[in-house]
Amino acid sequence: MIEGLLIGLSAAFSLQNLLMVIAGCLIGTFIGMLPGLGPMSIIAIMIPVAITIGDPSAALILLAGVYYGAIFGGSTSSILLNAPGVAGTVATSFDGYPMARKGQAGKALTIAAIASFGGGTIGAILLMIFAPMLSTVALLFHSAEYFALMVVGLSAIAAFAGTGNVAKAILMTLLGLLMATVGEGALFNMPRFTMGLMDLQSGFSFITLAMAMFALPEAIFLVLNPARSVQGGDGGKIDNLRITREEGRKIAPVIGRQSLQGFFIGVLPGAGATIASFLGYAVERNIASKEEQEEFGKGSIKGLAAPESANNAACTGSFVPLLTLGIPGSGTTAILLGALIALNVTPGPRLMIDEPQIFWAVIISMYVGNLVLLVLNLPLIPYIAKVLSIPRNYLIPFILFFTLMGSYIGQNNATELLLLVGMGVCATILRFADYPLAPLLIGFILGRMLEDNFARSMQLYDGIGFILDRPMTLGLLVVAILLVVVPSYRARRARARQAGIADGD
Amino acid sequence: MALDRWIAFVILCVALAYGYAAFFTMDGLLPPFMQRNPIWPSTFPKILSVLTVLTCLVILLGLEKSDDPDNIGDIDYRRLGQYNLTQALLLLGLMVAYALLLRPAGFLLSTFAFLSAGAFVLGERKFHILLPVAAAASFAVWYLVDQVLGIFLRPWPFFI
Repeated sequence: MIEGLLIGLSAAFSLQNLLMVIAGCLIGTFIGMLPGLGPMSIIAIMIPVAITIGDPSAALILLAGVYYGAIFGGSTSSILLNAPGVAGTVATSFDGYPMARKGQAGKALTIAAIASFGGGTIGAILLMIFAPMLSTVALLFHSAEYFALMVVGLSAIAAFAGTGNVAKAILMTLLGLLMATVGEGALFNMPRFTMGLMDLQSGFSFITLAMAMFALPEAIFLVLNPARSVQGGDGGKIDNLRITREEGRKIAPVIGRQSLQGFFIGVLPGAGATIASFLGYAVERNIASKEEQEEFGKGSIKGLAAPESANNAACTGSFVPLLTLGIPGSGTTAILLGALIALNVTPGPRLMIDEPQIFWAVIISMYVGNLVLLVLNLPLIPYIAKVLSIPRNYLIPFILFFTLMGSYIGQNNATELLLLVGMGVCATILRFADYPLAPLLIGFILGRMLEDNFARSMQLYDGIGFILDRPMTLGLLVVAILLVVVPSYRARRARARQAGIADGD
Repeated sequence: MALDRWIAFVILCVALAYGYAAFFTMDGLLPPFMQRNPIWPSTFPKILSVLTVLTCLVILLGLEKSDDPDNIGDIDYRRLGQYNLTQALLLLGLMVAYALLLRPAGFLLSTFAFLSAGAFVLGERKFHILLPVAAAASFAVWYLVDQVLGIFLRPWPFFI
């Protein structure tokens, strides 16, 4: 581990990579504050830039910096305007916005910055300890287990997607898988489902799909409903940045607990920052004393620190399955995975052995990134808020233009733009009907790998027998089925109980 | 029928067409030596199409009920007319126009037109600010992408 650390230190502290971290954090913070552009869309926009850098570790460091920056930027707008730019910072606005309205905006932003720093740093330490362990375990995995593990990941993503919406999430995942089979696969060398169109020969472009699924519907929603982009008056009076010693003592244990919890939730595929932040908020409220519980929702500093540190630790945690197993735990890491593959890096258990400098440089850059965020943001907080006062009339055309640019630069093909608009409209309609879109993208990205591993194990075992031959595969598949079935079964039982029908317990 | 069921119905149709192709037409093109493989190019699509059809049916038949059926997202599609639908459609139209014009009209001109027309549709009328901003932004992006990053973007219309 020590020599790995040294490799990482020397890689991460090159001038180029340091600049990447700083640039990434800055870009992420500024764009993350804009309503409607979450880390997923920002990273999707940044991918063409990252790919042209050419050096995979620099590109990944840039994207990781953008990721942290975006999460922090999202908390800024949820605290100041009650307009969370990112789903993961919705819980931040529960207590952050009341604090801002009480005239404590500066203090709220400071607590958010410190809690994110704590969460991110503790997360990075845990990542350093657990990632090598996970990757040794992962080396024992066969293509059959990979196939099963991806099925587990996909069903976990679907199952966590929402109560009562499991079928919709599964349908979206399947749709993503269907879309992944379009085009020429690596395994068979024959085009499938292209309907004879040359433009589909190489399949759908993942950047186009990412833009169409996230950035475009959000922009359309902003147009449809002007109330969504709350325009931010004067950004609140931002002074009194200090927190007292007593307050510091109050939030320190919260940050510690929630960083741990957030990290492990982030490691689970499908959970991610949003769930971590909500769960962190809920847990802290439950274990707080009676009078502190009263304060939650009215501007409690604990209620602000909990989701902030959980959400940053979870972001770091979601790198564990990405870097060690090659399985993204969230939509954002799914996009990162796509970027990695485009850079000719295959994340997985071999990554630590074949290209340790990438792996460790990313980990070191996490510390640096967190430090940069803290140092940059504390003095910048008053100015940062100014971005939010860009008039909507300018903001929306620019968002649309950047989505167009993002998919055009990747492919240099104008047909891609028509596809983007078409899929964006479909995605908007799907969002109207409350279909979750992240599973679709994750399914699309995992689809190829899922099929490759499935095909490989079919060939190795000459048929479907591998499922029964390998207990681990069977076990994982059973877990996958349970993950999908149990929540809907429990929801059904809860409803039955509500309706007054006793069902035996 | 609610919108989510209509969507499930549409996806069902797509999945049936996809499944038809996977089950009946794809294997005809398979060269004989590949037919001895335990896995064919159509194997995985076959599984997918069956699963998709089943899931669509679950939603269509309402086997899984949502916790609160009146749960309305950010936007209630049943009152779509009350939102700025015209603006949204106009912007989408602009995006299509941009896609079609990007090659022939060149990057600078089409981007400038797109940004200013987009802001105009949204109600911006201060042209003395809008036009310089749009021009500066188009040039800045072109400079960044073409000159700094080295991705070719044709700046001027095709006849220049």
